[in-house]
Amino acid sequence: MPAREPDCPERRAAFDAHVAAEGKVEPRDWMPAAYQKTLIRQISQHAHSEIIGMQPEGNWISRAPSLRRKVILMAKVQDEAGHGLYLYSAAETLGVSRDEMEEKLLDGTAKYSSIFNYPTLTWADVGAIGWLVDGAAIINQIPICRCSYGPYARAMMRICKEESFHQRQGFELMMALAKGTQAQHAMAQDALNRWWWPAVMMFGPPDGESVHSRQNMAWRIKRKSNDELRQKFVDMTVKQAEALGLEIPDPDLSFNSDTGHWEIGPIDWDEFWTVVKGHGPCNRQRMAHRRNAHEDGVWVREAAVAFAAKQRARTTQQAA
Amino acid sequence: MTEKTVWPLFEVFIRSRQGLSHVHAGSLHAADAKMALENARDVFTRRGEGSSIWVVPSQTITASAPENKGELYDPADSKIYRHPTFYDVPDDVEFI
Amino acid sequence: MAAVAESARSMPNNNDLFETALRLGDSALILGQQLAGWNARGPTVELDIALQNQALDLVGQARLFLDFAGRIEGQGRDEDRLAYFRNADEFRNCLLVEQPNGDFAQTVLRQFFFSAYARALYAGMAAGSETDLAEIAAKAEREMAYHVRHTGEWVVRLGDGTEESHNRMEKALVALWPFVHELFMADEIDLRMISAGVLPPFDDVKADWLGSIQAVLERATLTVPEDDWMPSGGRAGRHGEGLSYIVSEMQSVARCDPEAQW
Repeated sequence: MPAREPDCPERRAAFDAHVAAEGKVEPRDWMPAAYQKTLIRQISQHAHSEIIGMQPEGNWISRAPSLRRKVILMAKVQDEAGHGLYLYSAAETLGVSRDEMEEKLLDGTAKYSSIFNYPTLTWADVGAIGWLVDGAAIINQIPICRCSYGPYARAMMRICKEESFHQRQGFELMMALAKGTQAQHAMAQDALNRWWWPAVMMFGPPDGESVHSRQNMAWRIKRKSNDELRQKFVDMTVKQAEALGLEIPDPDLSFNSDTGHWEIGPIDWDEFWTVVKGHGPCNRQRMAHRRNAHEDGVWVREAAVAFAAKQRARTTQQAA
Repeated sequence: MTEKTVWPLFEVFIRSRQGLSHVHAGSLHAADAKMALENARDVFTRRGEGSSIWVVPSQTITASAPENKGELYDPADSKIYRHPTFYDVPDDVEFI
Repeated sequence: MAAVAESARSMPNNNDLFETALRLGDSALILGQQLAGWNARGPTVELDIALQNQALDLVGQARLFLDFAGRIEGQGRDEDRLAYFRNADEFRNCLLVEQPNGDFAQTVLRQFFFSAYARALYAGMAAGSETDLAEIAAKAEREMAYHVRHTGEWVVRLGDGTEESHNRMEKALVALWPFVHELFMADEIDLRMISAGVLPPFDDVKADWLGSIQAVLERATLTVPEDDWMPSGGRAGRHGEGLSYIVSEMQSVARCDPEAQW
């Protein structure tokens, strides 16, 4: 991290004008401390979500009911690990180390997307996650490809490009179930019933209650409001559910012909906040899994460092 | 987290196919350069994006400072005679 | 290969080819299934990705071998029928691949031993007389060559890393060494396949394998244990207790409804 020139109103004004004019910010450029802090929080949270997100779907790799489905799921979960890494490395350009970020995830001070605190109970959940959760994630992520911070925008472009298969495989899986036997159809409907509302909540609290929104929009970190993105998701998904022959679990769902949009019933924000605060069905399980993996790997990471040091010493000795 | 387990950061450059330059793809952690190459292969070329990989320890990169942008790059802006469009040549004269 | 003159080759019979393809396919499948169990548990995220890549290669190879087996058999069984609707005692994988993941040392060593074996075997098969199998083997050989390199480097790092990692590697070596012998024991089917030029002579495979193993173990400051117990029978369907758990977990969803499409 280069020494930053101190903050002053002129600098701040020039920065704000630069990003307002769609100018990009690169790692060594001057930036307000709050911009840097917000980005670190958002990018690392996003990275953690990818890493924790490997668990619920990974839960079904061993039981995928065909070898084709098995390799698809493995490749998808592997992509999530890759996306976590792209994001960690984007965050590292802001002067935070990967270890610091991991530490914050493990001690519970950093958050990740609440959606991964729900359990995957049947094979259909793999389809529902691909279709709904990745569908929602893509809507969230596409605007970030135009984020003002260069490394984040570039990581996001790479991720969006790779993720385009994630949603499609989920939809295809749901289609096979929905058009399959009665039991398969029921399994698909049950998965939709359980994942619909959590997916709708993925866009975060309603615009009026979103704390950081205004500043982040001005800084071009966030490009569209939570409710705007949520509406886009609902409109898109209602039609897809219809194509699948599945029913969205919302008795109030209705089409508003004046606005041309689908309107959903009230969202249970109490549930949302309960899960955010750590009391979802799987918060503890996901964290325990991550901590175990981290602890089990200590001796391996130590050994690699020790071996690299020995190798360096040998090379130096040979040179001398 | 102790020093004993921290792997250094490497920058990764990938040549997507013969005939093109290596382009910066991102960064990753590895205990040594060999591991960095292997990690880069798995992290950045899962879809056949690469035909050659360079890895460079991030700390060995020397970068120009953004605050010197003016003195470093602006002087080139006024040397417009370095560009072919600076010169007037009649339209009907070919191959020039 | 050259040991068997072109004219002396016998035509392979379909049953032998079927059995051989099952052995190859099942070993790749069970090993891929086990390795995939490291998902989200690796010592680093980078290693998570690397291990899944290798697991993907293995399951990919299994699909090709099982698909070939199904076609040779001609009873309408495809890769999924063979993978999901045979019981553990019908699996023909070698015992090495059904050994538990254990810690990272044991997984890495198991992968290294198998990869070095499979690479040598596939290299011989790629020049073999059965063109479909030779084609699969040629593709798989390139993949396995990378696995040998990747896991070999890790064997060296862990063997020559810290005292703890060295001890763990030694333990893994003791646990896994008994299961390597079976890889080179040729039964009647193998012998016919070798004489038909489909498989390379196992002595050649073993020499190649030993070459890669010894070089790596030496750099890893590990010593090859004394040959002692040499269990075998996996490729004839006689397995350890662990395999039926692996297989039933893998098949649990598919078996809910044998007629369903997924």
